[in-house]
Amino acid sequence: MTEPPPPVPPPSKWLPAKVVEVRPETSTAKTFRLELDRTADYVAGQHYILRLSAPDGYTAQRSYSVASAPDGSKELELTVERLEEGEVSTFLHDEVVVGDDLEVRGPIGGWFVWRGDTPALLIGGGSGVVPLMAMLRLARRTGRSDLVQLVVSARAPEELYYAAEIPGPETTVVFTRQIPDDWPRPAGRLTEGDLPSPVGGTTTAYVCGSSGFADAATDLLRGAGVPEERIRVERFGPTR
Amino acid sequence: MNFTRGFRSRGPRDPRLPPGQYDVGSDWPVLTAEATPKLATDAWTFRVKGLVEEPVTWTWDQIHALPASTYNGDIHCVTTWSKLGVTFSGVSVDTLLAAARPLPSATYVMAESHTGYTTNLPLADVTGGQAWVVWDFEGEPLARQHGGPARLLVPHLYFWKSAKWVSGLNLLDHDEPGFWERNGYHDHGDPWTEQRYQGD
Repeated sequence: MTEPPPPVPPPSKWLPAKVVEVRPETSTAKTFRLELDRTADYVAGQHYILRLSAPDGYTAQRSYSVASAPDGSKELELTVERLEEGEVSTFLHDEVVVGDDLEVRGPIGGWFVWRGDTPALLIGGGSGVVPLMAMLRLARRTGRSDLVQLVVSARAPEELYYAAEIPGPETTVVFTRQIPDDWPRPAGRLTEGDLPSPVGGTTTAYVCGSSGFADAATDLLRGAGVPEERIRVERFGPTR
Repeated sequence: MNFTRGFRSRGPRDPRLPPGQYDVGSDWPVLTAEATPKLATDAWTFRVKGLVEEPVTWTWDQIHALPASTYNGDIHCVTTWSKLGVTFSGVSVDTLLAAARPLPSATYVMAESHTGYTTNLPLADVTGGQAWVVWDFEGEPLARQHGGPARLLVPHLYFWKSAKWVSGLNLLDHDEPGFWERNGYHDHGDPWTEQRYQGD
């Protein structure tokens, strides 16, 4: 991380966010489409903080990556994994419906961002695909799919987020435990053979997933000769 | 503040939790922007430099020969988890600064890491028994993903100030933003007043 990123503006104060759509991605992940009172002025890869407020003044807040690509509208999508002990994620999954009012702050993050004009290798594990999906969607919408390659790892077909949308010439899906019928690659962990070869010298790698996944993926990238300063990592810890 | 339909608090809050934080229990989330480095202790150094009478560099063995110091207490991450009742051991930053002797003009420090990570702090926040360089967590060597072999520990501020893989302190006569601070995070980072982002 030797090159300082350009400064980014601080996040907004708390903004009202109305839930305008809820859809399941898997049995444990839902996407919430939110409408703000102003343009959702984010960059692919950034996240927002979502806050829940109780009548007694108690609040709970968590960070969630944006899954949608910025399009100049007031809307954005957050994909939330339901964690069994998660105070915020269980409430969002079990209670929140279209029409509810939430609050968000953001966008946040100036490092794990892709502005749509540089070569990018995106490597995501499990729920770590969410901020990378914003980047893939941006590339496809702007006709620059040639700039990105997405490698996504999921345990089983039913655990793959955005399963209908991901397939394409610029994407590779790896299943680690179960594969669909007639799937050419056997189940197994991500290997160097799953990465494009060679990785271009001007390509920035964006790795997102659990800490273990992120460490394994960065080791593969090092093995493929990608220098440290071209590897950006976002880890999803076991936060609740 | 508008409240959220159907949302209720879960009962009494632990008074050790600053506003907006939750108790992560036995978990310890890892949130790092770069690849986890593999740093050998026989090549490891820590340096105090900048506005000091005498810049000093310690090797791994030399820094372990300094008087040991332990922190028992809580840590708070800006991503809203707090970890309560933890124990870190290492050396007090006071001991390191005493060897290098800060000049009267020194008012801020930039903590630097072997990865190139930086974070800025007022000098007054790393003196007076408030900051450590630590290599043990709960009596075991600090794990690599948590900043091992050694990290800075400034537990009264949000945890991004406690630079992982710390390589030194650069004493300055002015404040300048470090890595996350350039990315919108607060220059000071007091969890009790929720100084999370620039402007808070």
